[in-house]
Order: sequence, then structure tokens, then C-alpha cells
Amino acid sequence: MAKLTVEDLKKIKERAQREDQFRSGEKRTKITVHLGTCGIASGGKKILDTVMQEIESASATDVLVTTSGCIGICSREPLVTIETSGSEPIVYELLNPAKMQQIFRRHVLEGAVQTEFVMARGKEQER
Amino acid sequence: MKVFRAHILVCGGTGCKSMKGDEIRQALIKEVAEKGLADEVRVVDAGCMGYCAAGPVVVIYPEGTFYQKFQVSDVAEVIEEHIVKGRPVERLMYVPPEGTAAIPHMKDIPFFGKQQLIALKNRGLIDAEKIDEYIARDGYQGAAKALTEMSAVEVVNEMKKSGLRGRGGGGFPTGNKWDFCQKAEGDVKYILCNADEGDPGAFMDRSILEADPHAVLEGMIIAGYAIGATKGYIYCRAEYPLALRRLNVAINQAREYGLLGENILGSGYSLDIEIYQGAGAFVCGEETALMNSIEGKRGMPRPRPPFPAHKGLWQKPSVLNNVETYANVPQIMLNGGDWYASIGTERSKGTKVFALTGDVKNVGLVEVPMGTPIRDIIFDIGGGIPNGKQFKAAQLGGPSGGCIPMSAVDTIIDYEEIIKVGAIMGSGGLIVMDEDTCMVDTAAFFMEFCQDESCGKCTPCREGTKRMLEILRRITKGQGRDGDIELLEELAYAIKDSALCGLGQTAPNPVLSTLRYFREEYEAHIYNKKCPAGICKALAQYTIDAAKCVGCTACARKCPQGCISGEKKEPHVIDQSKCVKCGVCMDTCKFGAIALG
Repeated sequence: MAKLTVEDLKKIKERAQREDQFRSGEKRTKITVHLGTCGIASGGKKILDTVMQEIESASATDVLVTTSGCIGICSREPLVTIETSGSEPIVYELLNPAKMQQIFRRHVLEGAVQTEFVMARGKEQER
Repeated sequence: MKVFRAHILVCGGTGCKSMKGDEIRQALIKEVAEKGLADEVRVVDAGCMGYCAAGPVVVIYPEGTFYQKFQVSDVAEVIEEHIVKGRPVERLMYVPPEGTAAIPHMKDIPFFGKQQLIALKNRGLIDAEKIDEYIARDGYQGAAKALTEMSAVEVVNEMKKSGLRGRGGGGFPTGNKWDFCQKAEGDVKYILCNADEGDPGAFMDRSILEADPHAVLEGMIIAGYAIGATKGYIYCRAEYPLALRRLNVAINQAREYGLLGENILGSGYSLDIEIYQGAGAFVCGEETALMNSIEGKRGMPRPRPPFPAHKGLWQKPSVLNNVETYANVPQIMLNGGDWYASIGTERSKGTKVFALTGDVKNVGLVEVPMGTPIRDIIFDIGGGIPNGKQFKAAQLGGPSGGCIPMSAVDTIIDYEEIIKVGAIMGSGGLIVMDEDTCMVDTAAFFMEFCQDESCGKCTPCREGTKRMLEILRRITKGQGRDGDIELLEELAYAIKDSALCGLGQTAPNPVLSTLRYFREEYEAHIYNKKCPAGICKALAQYTIDAAKCVGCTACARKCPQGCISGEKKEPHVIDQSKCVKCGVCMDTCKFGAIALG
């Protein structure tokens, strides 16, 4: 690929921000599995597997799955953030595959937040 | 139609019916009739209310009071109090369990609310392996600004203005370091990143590299531009496979975009960065040892001066900064040095990342503004000590640091203030210890670490740490002698004064700081042959409290030494001469009759 200029950098930023706004596109929900060493050590990969299996068995085409690093509160891992169009992100804590399955079926597919597994809503404030 | 002043709904779902729901309903009808309230109050057989776990459930309208786990024996009281006197029976009322209350916002949770993110700004938000996601959140904008709009001198001045100090532990002003190297003469210069995080319990750098590797690369590009380096190395320990993988991915993506390589962003500046894997020796976190290691030599420190800014890697001018330091740099370029300097205290600017571990509820990675009291980190962000235990000390700065007791817990995060209480900022390991921690044992642990990691080049560190460890181990085994404390102090100061590098010079710190605050614990070990925390097994004795022992013989049957004796239903006794202090008896006893002390 050709060398980037400062202008290209801005274009990538705009394009990537557009893509990140999954709300406007075909994706309705974004699931972020936090896979730092802490998340992986406490079983985060199994959670990711569960999400993928659920997507497959539900034939869900409007769900975007991504991974990210440590969110900071390692003692509550595995953590998953679910963002659905039009509502605040919800962070689920201390997950296992069974909980993840319930969250996927009830929250992601039916829109009912599974309060008993929730740690918090929203995003951390920057600066 | 008849109007009732109150309706009593008795849940008629299967769950509640199976728990005598019908009997309760009949009893309520009978009680209402006996009180002559049959015309005022109606008892209803309602459908399942859905909260079967709290059944049998009774709800009284018009107030809608929800009574749970309702029993026949509660009928008279509820009719008398609630229906006749109008006073709901609180004892039976439903209390929402934790977690079903309104979901708190991230910023309302003390753990997140008290943090301020600069180095960790992208944590949990981006995919570390996708450069576009980093760019979407202002990634490489700081580098673009520095490389295309600022001169190298201006970059250094901006860094000086920010007041950023080395986050690896030394706390040397980053702008000054870059300035020295910028002015140093040399055809080739190197920009280096220290990712050889080795303090026990520290994982700040690893987390940054795993979550946001591009932030570190961008910081290095800016620093490289400032000093005129064409080549960069990231020295990362091989024990960090995930960090290494994500760094590799990040470097390749940056090269593909031309953010590394020739003529970056059309600025005319060129830089390439490579990873050098270390074998995980603690001493290689020391800057000159790290450079020796990259050169292919044994990881041993070199005497300074000459300083690396003049003669660093391969005797060329070099700048070495820590991962967290670099992660701050793009933000400083983007928002200006003044913005960064507006955060923090007089001499310590910006934020600091801490790895919070040990006996604390919220183990994790936190970033707080300088000036935050240590108390806030442990008790608000960390959530305090679990299992109802008391706080004893916080170990700050790893093997080079010290322990901060309760009396100094209001100290603020600031390089100079922390030194005053006998610890150091260090790279950000913060280990919380509860009342069950023996401070002599803790000091021995850190001394063992330093002794093990000592490279052996200079005598004070090689021999001194070994002798200090021997004395500490002797004390924990109950063989401490009069004069040991004084000997430890003498050795500690001798090592501090004469060791070659930072590792040796600071190795005695954990001993000195525990002696400063917990001297009586050392004395208890040496003179009274007691370990107040009950950790040093050689000094502890298991004893059976005759008043509590019921003579069940359970402990005697489990004891591997067969050293517990006693008649059935009579108090038992432990033969201390045979006891190996395995603790099986204490775990076995159901009556709490066995104590360790």
C-alpha cells in the first residue's frame, strides 16, 4: 500500500469512525469481548466461542463481534460490553458460557437487559 | 357492586400453593371474618406473581405492599397491624436483592469514576489488532502534528512544558532526557522502549501493549523525531506472548500504512522499529543492562557516566523510555504540554497507572491523576479489603520500593511525597496487604527476589543481598539473634551506598521501610519468638482450647503425625514436639477449638 499522508490519515479516521457507528449500518448490535491476559486467563475465549456459536445457531446477521483489551477491573473478568442501537452500552461481568448464552438470547435477540449479570452501563469518561 | 377498602392477594401459583398457599389463604379469610372485617376486606386467590423464590407471596392493595415468605403464623399479626392499624409489617416486606436495583453508570462506580484516562484512553474500546480503530480515536494525529507542523526542538520544548516524568520508576523529566540526546553528537541515534516489566505484581506495561500497542509506537515515532533517531527497539520480555503478538501486528500494520519506514507521512523523517525479546531477567529493566542485552552481551549494567543520552546502545546516543511514558506522548502532542501540566501536583504532572493487586476487592489496572491520595486508590477505587479484614500496608514500587502503613495512607501520589514516607513511585505496582501479612516474611520475599535477580557484577549487591536474606530467613525461622536488626540496617546502608546500579541501590528498601514502620514485628520474632500474623510457621503453635474442645476425636484421626491425644468427649492435647504444623487439625475442627499463635 502507498505511503500515507496526513490527509489520508484523516480520511481513515472518518471512514473508521463511520464503520464504528454500526448503528447506521446493517449491524444492530456490537458485542465486545475483553480479551486481555486477564480476560483470557479467566475464560474469555470460551465466552467468545459461545457468542460465535449463538450467532450461528440463531443465524443472526446483524450482530458485530469484536475483541478488545483489558478494561481495568481485572477481578470482574470475563467482561463483555454489548452496545445496541439507541441504548447505552451495557457491561456484563463475571461471565461463564451459560450466562453468556442467556445474555445473547434474552438481551441481544430480545432486548431484555439481564440485570443480574450487569456491572455497569455507559462508557468511561475520557479526560 | 360491593366496595372493599382492602384486597389481600394470596399467590395461587403452583410454587406458592406447594408452600401452603391455600392454608394461608384460608387462615386469612378466617382471621378477617373473626375481626368482623369481612365486609371491608377481600381475600383473593391470585395467579402466579412470578417471584416464586420469595414465596409464599401475599400482596395487600391499595398500597401494593409485597410480603414474601408468608407463613400461617404471620396471619394474625398482619391483619392486626396492617389491616386494622394501618402499619405494614416491615419484617415480611420484600427487600430488593443487590444487582436488581437500577444499573449504575460507569462513572458512578467509584472504581471507574475516580480514574482519569490518558495513557489508557483506549482501554476496552478498540481492537488492538486493527490500526483503523486506533486512528478513529485520534491515533497518529499527535505524530502527524509533531512531524509535519513542529520542529524537533519544538517537540522537546512541548515535552518540557508538559512536565512528564519517566514512568518506569526513576521519574526523570522526559523532556530533559530528549533534550540531552537531541544535542548529543552522533551520526546514528537510537530510540528505545523499555517493556521489560519485572516487578512482582506489576502489569501496567503489559496491559497497555495488549490493549493499545499503537499508542506506544506513536510515542516512539514522536520521540525518535525529536532526537533524530532512525532506528528503534522495543525490549519486551518473552513472558508476554500476547503483548508481543499484538506489538508485531501493530508494527506490521504501521509499516504497511507507511507510519513506520521511509518518509513518514511525507515529512521526510524515517524510522523503523523492531522488537527485541528479553529472557525475563529483572536486571535487564535497568537501562544500561538492557542496552547490553540488545547488543548481545550478558544483561549487566555499565557504570554511568557516560549516560545513554551520549553513549547508549552500541555507544551511540540513545533515549530509553518506559511503555507508559510513551503512551502519554501522543496526547501531549495533540493537546499541548500546558494541558498535561494542568493535571497533577506541583512537581508531578499528569496521571499514573497502577496495577492494583493483593488483598483488595477490585484487583485491576487504574489510572489516576497525580495528587490522588493512596487511600482513595485502595479504599474507593479498590473497594477496600475483602473478607472483613483490616488494612495493614501497601507495597509500592516493587522490590525497590517500600511499605506504606495505615498511618501514611493519606500520602498523595507524587514522586517526592512518596519518597518521604519511605517508598518510591516505581513503575506502578501497588500490592495491598491485610492484617494476616507478616512484614518480616514480606521483606524476605522481596529480598529473595532481589538476591535471585542480582546479576552478580558488583559485590555489594551479589553478596550483600545474600547475607541480608540469610538474616531475614533466620528471623522467620525463630533463630533471630540480638543485634540482627542493627546488622540488617548496617548492611542495607552499605549496599545502598556502594552498589553499581539501581537494582542494588534500592534492593534494601523493603527491609528499611518495614523496619521503619513495623520494627516491633521484627522484635517479636527475635525476642519473643512469636509471629504476630501467624505466618511464620516455625514460630507458630497450634493449640487446642480445652473449653471449646468437645472431644470428637476428628483432629486426632486426621493428624498425619498422630500427635494429638485425648479420651473421647474429653479435651484433646497436641504434642508440640512431634507437630509439623501442617494445619490439618485446624481445618478439621468444627468447633473452632484449635488456634494458631
